[in-house]
Order: sequence, then C-alpha cells, then structure tokens
Amino acid sequence: MIEKKLEKIKNETILKIENSESIKQLEEIKVGILGKKGELTSILKSLGSLSNEERPKVGKIVNMTRGNLEKLLNNKREMLKEEALKNSLIEETIDVTMKGKAPKLGKVHPMTSVIDEINTIFLGMGYETADGPEIEKEYYNFNALNIEENHPARDEQDTFYLGNGFLLRTQTSPVQIRKMEEGKLPIKIISPGRVFRADEVDATHSPSFHQVEGLVIDENISMAYLKGTLEAFAKELLGEKTKVKFRPHHFPFTEPSAEMDVTCFVCNGVGCKVCKYEGWIELLGCGMVHPKVLEMSGIDSKKYSGFAFGMGLERLAMLKYEIKDLRLMYENNVNFLKQF
Amino acid sequence: MNIPMSWLKDYINIDCSIKEFEDRLTMSGSKVEKTEEVAKDIKGVVVGKILKIEQHEDAERLVVCQVDVGTEKLQIVTAAKNVFEGAVVIVSLVGAVLANNFKIKKGKLRGVASEGMFCSVEELGFKISDFPESDPEGIYIFKDEAEIGTCAKEALMLEETIVEFEITSNRADCLSVLGIARETSATFNIPFKKKEIVVKEGLKEKIEDIIKVTVESEYCNRYTARVIKNVEVKESPLWMRRRLVSAGIRPINNIVDITNYVLVEYGQPLHAFDLSKVDGREIIVKDSEKKEKLMCLDGIEREIPEKTIVIRDINKTLAVGGIIGLENSKVENNTVDILLECASFDGTNVRLSSKALALRTDSSGKFEKGLDREQNIEVINRATALIEELGKGKTAKGIVDVYKNKQKVSKVKFEYEKINKLLGTDIEESDMIAILKRLELEVVDGYVVMPSFRENLKIMEDIAEEVGRIYGYDNIPTVLLSSGSTMGIISKEAKVHKIIKSIMTSLGSYECKNYSFEGEGVFDKLNIIEDSSLRNAIKILNPLGKEFSIMRTTTLNGMLTSLSANYNKQVEKCNLFEMGKIYLPKQLPIEELPVERNILTIGMYGNGDFYTIKGMIESILEKLNIEDVKFVADKNITYLHLGRSAVCHINGERLCEVGEVHPTVLENYGIKSRAYVAEINVDLLVKYANLENKYKELPKYQNSTRDISITLKENIEVAEIENVIFEKGGKNLENIELFDVYQGEQVEKGYKSVAYKLSFRAKDRTLTEEEINSPMKKIIKNLEDKLEGTLRS
Repeated sequence: MIEKKLEKIKNETILKIENSESIKQLEEIKVGILGKKGELTSILKSLGSLSNEERPKVGKIVNMTRGNLEKLLNNKREMLKEEALKNSLIEETIDVTMKGKAPKLGKVHPMTSVIDEINTIFLGMGYETADGPEIEKEYYNFNALNIEENHPARDEQDTFYLGNGFLLRTQTSPVQIRKMEEGKLPIKIISPGRVFRADEVDATHSPSFHQVEGLVIDENISMAYLKGTLEAFAKELLGEKTKVKFRPHHFPFTEPSAEMDVTCFVCNGVGCKVCKYEGWIELLGCGMVHPKVLEMSGIDSKKYSGFAFGMGLERLAMLKYEIKDLRLMYENNVNFLKQF
Repeated sequence: MNIPMSWLKDYINIDCSIKEFEDRLTMSGSKVEKTEEVAKDIKGVVVGKILKIEQHEDAERLVVCQVDVGTEKLQIVTAAKNVFEGAVVIVSLVGAVLANNFKIKKGKLRGVASEGMFCSVEELGFKISDFPESDPEGIYIFKDEAEIGTCAKEALMLEETIVEFEITSNRADCLSVLGIARETSATFNIPFKKKEIVVKEGLKEKIEDIIKVTVESEYCNRYTARVIKNVEVKESPLWMRRRLVSAGIRPINNIVDITNYVLVEYGQPLHAFDLSKVDGREIIVKDSEKKEKLMCLDGIEREIPEKTIVIRDINKTLAVGGIIGLENSKVENNTVDILLECASFDGTNVRLSSKALALRTDSSGKFEKGLDREQNIEVINRATALIEELGKGKTAKGIVDVYKNKQKVSKVKFEYEKINKLLGTDIEESDMIAILKRLELEVVDGYVVMPSFRENLKIMEDIAEEVGRIYGYDNIPTVLLSSGSTMGIISKEAKVHKIIKSIMTSLGSYECKNYSFEGEGVFDKLNIIEDSSLRNAIKILNPLGKEFSIMRTTTLNGMLTSLSANYNKQVEKCNLFEMGKIYLPKQLPIEELPVERNILTIGMYGNGDFYTIKGMIESILEKLNIEDVKFVADKNITYLHLGRSAVCHINGERLCEVGEVHPTVLENYGIKSRAYVAEINVDLLVKYANLENKYKELPKYQNSTRDISITLKENIEVAEIENVIFEKGGKNLENIELFDVYQGEQVEKGYKSVAYKLSFRAKDRTLTEEEINSPMKKIIKNLEDKLEGTLRS
C-alpha cells in the first residue's frame, strides 16, 4: 500500500518538477514534498505504525525516493538559474560595433620616428649616440673638418653666421670632432640632430633640417668595413632585399670619399616615380676620415684610421613616407602628424 | 657640365652603349646626371628647294610652293612669309614626326593639296636662339650649303647625345671635353687620342714687336698671348655652332665662338681683344687700386672693387681678369686684328672678385676651381689654329709667355701596402701601378708623379681613392665590423627624452617641430615685458628674413603658431608637444657658446583645461620619480591668464611655467578658444629623474579611511588645506584624496566646501579606532583654527 502511494507521489512530483518554470515554483514543490508538512515527511512520520519487519524496508524506499527527488530538484534549480542568468545577459546586450573609448593616442613627429629607427639599428651594432651644440664655433664646423678659410662651403649663402666666429652648424660633424678631441678610442658614435643652411623655404628645401652622422675610429679600419657597415644599415632600415652601390665622390673631410645609393625601396629597383625611374636612390655620403682631420683632433693618423658617413633625414622621411612637400614637416597640422 | 658625345669621340674611340658609358663613368667618379638624345625622335625631315611660288587662289595669307625634295617634286601650301623661289628649306614629308610627337599628314589647305610642311627649328624642338641665322618669324632657310634631298637632321647636325655630368669640386680638370675623355680612357682602359696642333704663324712680324706685356699682379700666375691679324669676323661654321649650343653656349661670332669652343674643350678660358683698341700697344696685368665703374661687354655697367685683377693698356682698363671683358675692347664685326689672351689667374682671388661683383661667368667658374697652368701654350695654339682656319687670320711669330708662379710637380710616396690596408683590398703592386698609369699617374723611383692637371693629389689617401675608383668600389670587399670592441650606449638624457615623448603620445599629444629661429616681433606678440631677459636673443647676421632673424629664447611662439595654424584649418581640438632647444646667450654679442636648453612645450585647445595640462606634467614627474614638485600660483607670467597660471621649482631651479594663455596673446595669434601651454625645462628633468626604481613592500594590513568635508573661504588654496592635513595627520596618514569641491546653493557665497578621503595605515598592525580618531580631531581643529573652516556634518 505504502509503496504504491510512494510511487504515485514520486511520479506526480517528477512531473511537477519538469513543468516548473521558476525557482520559486521549485521551492513550493520542495516544501510540498520534503517540508515539515510535506507528503514524504508525513509518510516518514507514519513509519512508526509499521511492523518491525516492514519498517526498514519501507524506510529505505522513502529515503531513496527523497534522495532522487532532491537530486532532480537540484538539477532543475541549476538549469533554471543558468537560464535566468542567460536571459539577464541577453537583456544587457550592447552594440559592439560602436567605437572604443580608450583615450586617443598621439604620435611622434615623422623625424623622430626616423631618428629612433636609425638609433636603434646603430645601437645594436654597438654605437653610442652623441650630441653637441647647434650653435657652433667656425673652427668645429669648418677648419677642423679640413674646410679651409676660402672654401666655397663657407659662403654666406650656405651658412648662417652669428658673429665672433660663431655660426649655426651646417652639419652634425662638429659633434664628431668634439668626440675625437676627448681622445677616448676606439670611437663608434652616431650623432643625429638639427642643422641649418641658408636655403629659402620651398617644397624640397628648409633652412633647418635634420641629419645623422656616424663615425668609427680604431686601428685597422678600412673601406671594406665602411661598406660592410653601411650595407648592413641599409638592409636593416629599408629591408633585406635592398642593394647598395658606392660611387666615388668628394668631401673635404674624407679621402677616399663615396656616395651610397640604395635600390629604390618603393619599386625595389625596377624604376618608379619616387626614384625618377632610375631604380636607385642616393642615400648618404661617406668616406675614410681624412688624416688631416684626425691629426687636427689629436689622433695619430699613422696608428688609427676610421670612416664617417652622414645623411639628411627629411629627404629620407619624404621618400619613405612619400611626402611631397617638405613644408608639411614644420606646419604641424594635426591631420598630417596623425599619419605617422 | 654638358658633354656632346660627338665631340668626345674626337678624342676617344668609344663605341659602347650610352647606358654602359653612363654607368661606368658614374662608378669611376664622374657622375652622369642625365643624358639627352637630341632630335632622336624626329623623322621624315629632308632638305628641299622651293622652285616656284604662287598665290593661293582662296586665301590671301597662303602661298602654294613647288618643292624639290631630291627624289620627287611636292606641292606644299604654307603661310610662312619668308619663303622665296630658290630658298633651301626643311621639309617635313607626309608621315614625318616632329617635336612633341607631332605627325605630318597629307592635307588640303583651303582646297589645295599640301604634301608636307616647311619647318622652323622650333618645330624640331630647338630654340630660335640656338640658330642665330634663323628667321625668328618664319621657317628655317639654309644659309650653309645643304644637298637637296638629304636628311635635314644631318644637314643641320641636329642629332646629338648630350651627357650631363656632376663634377665634384676637386676635379676642375674634368670640366672639359678633354678631361672627360681622359676619364673615359682611364675607366675603359682605351687610349686617348690627342690632336696635333699646327699654328702657321703666317705673318712676318714678331709678337714682341707688336705688343708688350707686363704682369704686376701676384695673382696672375701665367699670362700667354698671341696676335692674329687680318681676321674675318663672321658667323662660325654650323658644326661649331651646334657643338657650342649642345654644350650650353650661345654662338656669337667666329672669334668669340672659338674662345668658347676651346674653353669647353680644355676647360681653360681665353679672351680676345680688338688689338686696335689697345692703346700704346701695351698690356699691364695688375690689381686694381681703387673702385671703378666700367661698362662690361654684356652691356651692363659694374663697379669693379679694389684688389681685383685687371687687364689694362696704358690708358684704361680692358678686362676684369678671369671674369669678363669690357665693352671698350671687345671683338666686333669690323675687328681686323686680335690679341688673344690665355692666362692663369689665382682661383681664390677670382672667386672673391666674382662674388663682390655678383657676377659668375663661364670663365670665373673655371678659374675659381684652379686650373692647370702647364696647358696654356697648347690651349692658345689650339685657338690660334682655329682662328687661322675659320677666320682666315695670319698669326704673328711667337708667343708672349709671362710665367711668374710656376706650378710645382706634385709627388707622393708610392706605398701600395698602405693603400691596400686603407681600402681593405689585396691588389698586386704591378696591378696598382697599371691602374695609376691609366690615369697618367706614373710611378717613378718609388713615387707617384702627377700630371700637371692632377695637382690636387697630395697624400697617400688621395692616391688610394684613385686606385679604388678605377679598381672599382664595387670590387672592394664588404666586411662587417664586429661589435665586440664597443657597447651601444643610450645616455640618461636620451632615455628621459624618449620617456617624455612616450608619455606625451600616450596622453594623446602629437609631436610637432618648429624652427629654432624667429622674428624679434614675437616678444610683443607674446606680451613679454620690455626688460625681460628673454628679449636678449642671439641675432643671425645673415638671416633669410626678419621673421627668421633671432635664435629663440622661448618656444611659445612656435607652439602658439602651430596651434593657430590648426585652429585656422578648423581643427576642433588640438593637443601638441614639442621637444626642442632654446638658446640663451651668456653675453651679447656672444663670446662663448650659449646655453642650449632642451624644452618640452605642451600646447592645447578645445580639449581639457588647466588641470588637463597640469596632469600631463604630473604624469611625467611620476614616471621619472621626481617627487615633491609643488605648483605655485604666479600672477606675473605676462603671457598667461593671471588667475590660471603656475610655476614649479626643483631645488630652487625653475622647472616649468604652465597655464591658460592670456586672452590678448590668444588674440595676437588669432585663436578664438581658450588654450593652455606649458614650458618645461627638460634638462632639469634629466638631472633629477630617478630611473632606478626600488621595490617597496606591499602593505600587509588593511587601511582605514575617513571622509571629511569642510567649508572655508573660496580663496584658500587646497594646497594650504593639504599642508594642514599632512602636518597634523601623524605618521600613519598614508594618503589623501580630494574628491569634491563644491560652491553653490548649499554653501554661503564667498565660501566653498571641499571633501577629502583620508587613508590611514600602519606597517605592522591594524590601527585602533583611537589611533585614527586622535589625528582626525587634530586635523579638524587646525583646519578650523588656522583656516577658519567649519566641519560640515
């Protein structure tokens, strides 16, 4: 009799659990069956009236049913909870295609990017970055670089003079002289910085621009090292496929001197607008430091030799970023600066 | 330097492609800038003769010509006014291609068939001035002989390959056809053919009986002269005119053209005087003693400065040495007798005079670079022989040759091991000698002996360059320097600069760059007081203009100009920074290097306020571990809003000025929006930055917080309140946070309410209530006593 009753309660309850739609309903079902006045509880209470033989048997069945129902109730509760959470999340749906809110990043000036890039390459090759004054003595800008008193490079149309033998440096080479005068050898430096020449402002000229120059002084430095270093630099800066070409040239402060061309980094040497269909772009001037320059800075040219190189950075940046007008670099329009 | 290839080929048999020629010469040091193949694309133009001319029946402006073009007779209708029967003309046949790819088609003009067109040189792509014999209004009519039916390009010698070289300043010897021929010879290792020059000296007279030459000037190294009489001054022959034009020189008359021709050929300037204009038959070369106004042969009067080399006769000046001849003695059409001069003047003297005169001529350009003095005799003979040939003149016997400053033979010890060591090569001694020989550098008794045109070679390194460029820079090995001997080092300064840029960009600021020089007007524009030391700026003696005349002592003008430029371009919000130098003289005029101070300038509008820009500075200070920097209100910064400006100091040194830009200054820059700027001394940041962080142990015990809200007079700065709080907060007061400042209905007028969260913590224990309440009481009491504050409940 009791067994039948139990079976009935169980089946009815399972049905109720399955059909319940909320945790509240589940709680009511639980109270109705397992609560103090619940159906199963009252059966348990009535066990006392059973015979000693029947009591454990029925007790076992009651407990099993109770266990099963509790398990079902728990499972259903978990399910309903999960569903409720899911629904609440759905309600919180946002439009993920709307723009992010992080503060806008600024950018460094294209010249800074180029200088940083070059610094990093040479840093990796063991170079130190050196800095020097922009207002210089004529001696450091000219004499010490073997540019004699009447050399055309000293013409006023090229150089800004400040009087009393002072001028605005026309190249960063004075930094090299100052470094050599310190007398600590070997030297491996690069010196990026601002230089000045009396050129009227136009699309390709600016009275103020940036250069980076490099200097290596040690025993047994040959032109082969100059080539090796600058080729490695060009490949690092412009890509592994870049080829270089050294053409003889003339500078007062180096002998032998050369200019280095690189295969155009836009067309890889095929020929395009950027390289004027030549496939090559002139990148830098270089050479073996003139013995007079070494001697003037107090370095024994019989023992030491070295190489030096230098390049204009605005031109490089203009080629690299395909900027057509140099003036943009100093107009500081945010819409321009944003692009680098 | 433009070199016509046909001319070069007079001196060297070169038959490679033009591309190979360009490449190899470029790689041996004579850089080819560009090559122009003149008239290459012109097709179908022949020499024709007009047989008959008839008026066009329907058009007044047109005539109908019957033209013999050798193979056939054509009818051509033309509007040209200078045609006549018997004229020899350029005919472009049907199918011809002219300049700019203009094609000739068979056509009818007002109903009459025309089987071609007559041309002017312009239609062939030339300038009228290139052909002085040409009628500027009409078609080209041959004056020189031309065979009917032949190609007009050939008859006019139009086709030419012109190679433009960029010659470096140490190679004046290459500024000539002969120089390039020598370089070609060395580069390709093929012989260089010299011309045999024969001067007939057809006159019986000796030159010394005709003219006396005295050289007084120290700057005239050599003066050679010849006299040629009975010349016929006329147009020079077509071939010479064509070559001169190709080299970029305008033909004038045969005598002037010959001097120019020899100039292009040898790189040595010559000058021809009309002998009849030389008074006293005497030439004196001296340095001018006083300024003199003279009419030059180009018809322009110039003031010749003192100490210029002048060529004079007994009465007057005839020429400015090495620069230009004068009107009074120039060769004209009626000239009969000529004095031909071939001199060597000092390069520097000519350069300075030419600069003082503001006149650069083909001649001065050559002298400036220094010329080979040993070639004068050959050069004057070449020119004389040409005058005999083309001007029918007869030359007097002998040459005047006053050679005061002899050129030294240049010699350098031949050290082939050292050369190899410098180049990084392993060239055999004999190979090196062979390379030098190609350049006419002879190795004799252990010395490299230079030819007279290479006196610029003075040291072993010069010889190494010669060897290197002929051996080929491409053939020098490429070796990577090991980085073992040195370490890459970034200075503290560079690190700090990088950190600052990185913070500024992450705060949304764009880096800008401004010029280091500006105009003196900026100080007024920036509202900077009269006696401010900022006005002591270094002046540029030769500025590009007033706007660029002083070295900046403040970066604000650059920043405000940049903000203004953006404002004018309708950029709504703008946030910029600049890392750059200001230049502070120690005295004026400067006697020693000035202080070059690195400045971080921040500028913004449309985006934030005073506290935004202040926050940026605080971020930098935080990152650089610079503590205890206080912002103090300062009403005396005249370019800033007096109520919204502050300064900071570190150890008594001024670190920065920051604030809202003064409305007057904003107006001066045309910015109609509040803007904020800061100038920060980066060198001080570098000095005080602490880049070596040490870890501080994390707290083990919980903190306790208390909020207080206090009402006080509105002019009391929070800095004062905070001073009190920290002073009385005791050692356990860890941190305070200002979370509200309120003025309005709830608070009496003239007062404000400020609210702080105070955080207490001890390292070693949880604080008791009493340990917190006791300092709180002191704080409140002092705020009430010292600042007349009232606690809000």
